[in-house]
Amino acid sequence: MIYREAGQYKTSYAADQAIFPILQDRIGLAILLLVAFVGAPLVASDYILSTILIPFLVFSVAALGLNILTGYCGQLSLGTGGFMACGAYAAYKFATAFPELNIVFVFLLSGGVTAMVGVVFGVPSLRIKGFYLAVATLAAQFFLIWLFTKVPWFVNYSPSGVISAPPRSVFGFYVTGIEATSHAKYIFCLSFVALLALVAKNLVRGRVGRAWMAIRDMDIAAEIIGIRPLHTKLLAFAVSSFYCGVAGALWAFIYTSSVEALAFDINRSFQILFMIIIGGLGSILGSFLGAAFIVLLPILLNAGPTAMGAPLSTSTIAHLELMTFGALIVFFLIVEPHGLARLWQIGKEKLRLWPFPH
Amino acid sequence: MDAVLDFLFGPLKEIWAYPTFFVEVVVGGLLTGVMYSLVALGFVLIFKASGVFNFAQGAMVLSAALSFVGFNELGAPLWLALVLALALMIGLAFVIERVVLRPLVNQAPIILFMATIGVTFFIDGFFQMLWGEDVKRLDVGIPKDPIEISGVLVNTFDIVAAVVAGTLVATLAFFFQSTRIGRALRAVADDHQAAQSVGIPLQTIWVIVWSVAGIVALVAGIMWGSKLGVQFSLALVALKALPVLILGGFTSIPGAIIGGLIIGVGEKVAEVFWAEKIGGGIEDWFAYILALFFLMFRPQGLFGERIIERV
Repeated sequence: MIYREAGQYKTSYAADQAIFPILQDRIGLAILLLVAFVGAPLVASDYILSTILIPFLVFSVAALGLNILTGYCGQLSLGTGGFMACGAYAAYKFATAFPELNIVFVFLLSGGVTAMVGVVFGVPSLRIKGFYLAVATLAAQFFLIWLFTKVPWFVNYSPSGVISAPPRSVFGFYVTGIEATSHAKYIFCLSFVALLALVAKNLVRGRVGRAWMAIRDMDIAAEIIGIRPLHTKLLAFAVSSFYCGVAGALWAFIYTSSVEALAFDINRSFQILFMIIIGGLGSILGSFLGAAFIVLLPILLNAGPTAMGAPLSTSTIAHLELMTFGALIVFFLIVEPHGLARLWQIGKEKLRLWPFPH
Repeated sequence: MDAVLDFLFGPLKEIWAYPTFFVEVVVGGLLTGVMYSLVALGFVLIFKASGVFNFAQGAMVLSAALSFVGFNELGAPLWLALVLALALMIGLAFVIERVVLRPLVNQAPIILFMATIGVTFFIDGFFQMLWGEDVKRLDVGIPKDPIEISGVLVNTFDIVAAVVAGTLVATLAFFFQSTRIGRALRAVADDHQAAQSVGIPLQTIWVIVWSVAGIVALVAGIMWGSKLGVQFSLALVALKALPVLILGGFTSIPGAIIGGLIIGVGEKVAEVFWAEKIGGGIEDWFAYILALFFLMFRPQGLFGERIIERV
């Protein structure tokens, strides 16, 4: 009754092609943005901002990137962690080599560098597909991490091999370094994420996105109707790596402030793959839902036994956590293989009719 | 330019100067390769019969070895521990088929792949909770002394490993080629629906395949365990088996063996002769790059089935 598009007429092509054609969706999004930009910083404590909301935002960007590659273009990749590391180290190099450069441009540039690296590692996708490609992208993962650990130039010859974010400010507010408050970090991160999400949504709606989806659904047929696999696949790798690179830079600069290459190991890649599968392959919303799920789950699992006061040793808790995590993944895949985004869609269909049964 | 030439050809001169050492390195590589093949075999078996890319194989290696040592420490003699660990792996196969595979029938391969990653987490957590997470020593009485065969030093343990792997492959080949169940397995591998329509019970076949993969995991676990000690890092051996897989092809048992040998030798030679010059520790990724190089020429792996696509 509330959620119905009846009576909302479109009188121009522009209106017809809007991202959110339904008024209720637009209102919902406006409220969501208001809550995210104004509500959350007012209400949430430092702890919640820096341990839940900021990692959620950073993971969302990475999940968006992987979803573009895997969900939209159908190229299974296990190299996300490596690309994130690439972004983080590129941002560090840019920020320390050009101290006057605005941090926004640093992040965008590091994304650009990662995009180039991604294209290089995406070249095999022209020959191989499916799981062969997935294993081949592991080469990127292991090689990049090895490179950043072994070559001291990337960490400016610091003996510990750890990079720490130098303090930088935007509009007079510190967003990285020690002096940055978690509120400033959060707002900065959120603006970035909102912008990137908007770009991603428009990319997948447009010509490029259609080409990606055609390649995903059947690459030979796509080739026959005139989509060039070389350009399309490599573009997907580039855009995806750009997002992953920015996510890595945000991770290193905003979320943890100091980071070593091992933070981006193979488990990170799996974590992000989980996000897009649980959230929903080929869905922008799904990337966010999946990121929220994977960020919140360990926190809930951690809080559960402690809240019940169960006297368990830390290693038992760690193992229990691992087991529950694994079991939940399997459970989720069985119950809804198309992810949380699909649940949301079903919910919307139901909401259209509510409260009438038919 | 000189530096590049030196990097590329310097080691070759070294090889030319000390051929015996080179042969030793190659033999060492071959024997390590055999160990990789052991893990890769488990992957191939399951992929062939059910089209599932089983990421849990590494976790199965770990859990099999952990259970074997665990039963042994509880006082069971070696043979009994072996039987009990085997029973446990077969039980695991039943549970996985019933709880994970059956509800996910007909889903996209990537979903099944993710499910096996979920299974990996579960098995890792469960078996480490069951048996503890300390490094356990495993000694099944295989000697580890180096012996000399016509001027080349070889570790006895590696030879035993090679013999075990050879026996295992021969047994599997016999099992697949000449038994009734083996024929059914091959039929399922070729075409699920056709196999089912001639009356082959898919679910039983899956349980059998996962059990066989469990047995292979147990053998691999015992071999790797007596080499490295039984600990969590055994589960990571699976990551080493992946390049072997893509090199040999997902669907070929000989491919797993040959792939393992190529990766083993390539990795050892690169590590010994080339690694120092670029900082060392290249074994993490070298195998992948090597496999990638082969894939450029044969996208389905050396022995994999030709991928024929129709629109």
